[in-house]
Amino acid sequence: MPVKTRLDDIGFRVGTGIFAVLLIAVVAGIAAVLYDDASMAIWKFGWQFWQTDIWDPVSGEFGARPFIWGTLYSSVLSLLIAGPIALGIAIYISELCPAWLRRPLVFLTELLAAIPSIVYGLWGIFVLVPFVRSLEGGTPEWMRSIPLFSGPPLGLGMLSAALLLAIMIIPFSASVAREVLRAVPQAQREAAYALGATRWEAIRMALFYARTGIVGSIMLGFGRALGETMAVTMVIGNTPQVSVSLYAPQYTMAAVIANEFAEAADKLHLNALVEIGLVLFIITLAINAVSRAFIWSLGRPAKSKRASRAVGPVTEAA
Amino acid sequence: MRNSWRRFMSHFVVVLCAGAVLLSLVPLALVLFYVLKQGVASLNWAFFTHMPGPAGEPGGGMANGIVGSLIVTGIGALFAIPIGVTAGVYASEYRGTRLANAVRFAADTLNGVPSIVVGVFAYGVVVLPFHHFSAFAGGFALGVMMLPLVMRTTEELLLLVPHTLREGALALGATRARAVITVVLPAALPGILTGILLALARVAGETAPLLFTALNNAYFSIDPRQPISTLTVQVYTYATSPYPEWHRQAWAGALVLVAMVLTCSLLARFATARMERMQRGS
Repeated sequence: MPVKTRLDDIGFRVGTGIFAVLLIAVVAGIAAVLYDDASMAIWKFGWQFWQTDIWDPVSGEFGARPFIWGTLYSSVLSLLIAGPIALGIAIYISELCPAWLRRPLVFLTELLAAIPSIVYGLWGIFVLVPFVRSLEGGTPEWMRSIPLFSGPPLGLGMLSAALLLAIMIIPFSASVAREVLRAVPQAQREAAYALGATRWEAIRMALFYARTGIVGSIMLGFGRALGETMAVTMVIGNTPQVSVSLYAPQYTMAAVIANEFAEAADKLHLNALVEIGLVLFIITLAINAVSRAFIWSLGRPAKSKRASRAVGPVTEAA
Repeated sequence: MRNSWRRFMSHFVVVLCAGAVLLSLVPLALVLFYVLKQGVASLNWAFFTHMPGPAGEPGGGMANGIVGSLIVTGIGALFAIPIGVTAGVYASEYRGTRLANAVRFAADTLNGVPSIVVGVFAYGVVVLPFHHFSAFAGGFALGVMMLPLVMRTTEELLLLVPHTLREGALALGATRARAVITVVLPAALPGILTGILLALARVAGETAPLLFTALNNAYFSIDPRQPISTLTVQVYTYATSPYPEWHRQAWAGALVLVAMVLTCSLLARFATARMERMQRGS
């Protein structure tokens, strides 16, 4: 009996372990397959690939600078809009709101996160873009000379993309930041109140305590914004150019893959697109790893499971 | 004087934060309003039962896309659920071991990989070797996206099962495998199923990984080796087309997608609320 028990236990461990290894193999596989499928472009172009602006599949010229610019610019802009709002929501839900309001609010913000990106894209094309166009059309003359607001009011362009991205990442960052704030020990706030702090001063204490986690939650939203595809593709105008103008139609890494991949007949073209995917993969990987480290570093000393849970699938899927 | 300033600051921040909440609810309300308004006007029975009509002409539906979405999501589930649940069992049973930590890290990493990159991966693994876009490739891509969600949910929920249950089974002489399969797993099953439901709803709304794996198909197809049309890709194609009739259909498709997500979220919400009550009761 003991021998059989032992064998059973080993069998169980190995049997389930194989599937665990399989999951790890998928992640390693992504890196390997992308590298393999991009190798032709990597060897042919080298760093030149990221330093030139001309993207012409017909003549075999591939420069990816406009795409990486568009991705970074749109994500940074959306972060500037979304960061403060997400933080405000997190503070309101975890510190200020009356108990009966908390659950409905959490549900609503998570519903915002669950709407498929194609629906945001559809709404973006038919509602947001016309609105932005009329907004751009009303730009006063003196503002047009500033590079940020130059160009014709097309609607389709960087401003629409940044706004739509902000709408999409707010609920995500907010729910992670909310979990992070909940992991702050109650004693921290009570101590502040005991010293005569006002509400805001007590919140500031909690924010300071949770600062790394807060930065992590905002960065996690940034990672989302970098990889967001459909909604951005539908409103950014898909024009490969490097421009600081908010009105200019531009392009992102994810969007060029979405638009050209299925039709890329030429092997070099396909390789170039996969290389863009590979770099997108590496960037998001790095940002996610750093932000998770930030959030975990907060969760550990407090011995709370909540902060580390915040990056799990529950908040994203709910 | 200074105190009144402090009080003012405090009230000011409260108003600011409440304002942020209201501000974030504006787009939610607008999106839901437009999807409902445009969607209800365009949604009819034919949308579910008819095939797409010729470009720009009234009538027709997305019967093939709806069936296609079900098939592709189903293939993804077949692939992701066994691997995800078993890996989740490992991670919770052998918590603290190096492999358990590695698989948790891998799942979190996978969760952050952009969906378009998962599509490129599926293209390299399934489409390139077989020289063919296929429903199977699309299903594989969705499966990869589901994997981390299923794995982490399983792990989290197994950890919530009281220790006493497992110890009771072990004390009665059950092996570890038996204790997990007949006692711990069933106790966590409703929660795991809820998590899987949410994961399904989430990947069923994905478009980017399907664009160049499942591709699209103007005809009705249930063959997993052939390209297949899906609801999301169809909405994308229609939304970016120049025909007003197709735009109407895209809104109808969006309404179906939102209704699906909303139903799943509400179901999951009720299920978790019930489980919480049960746990408090015990």
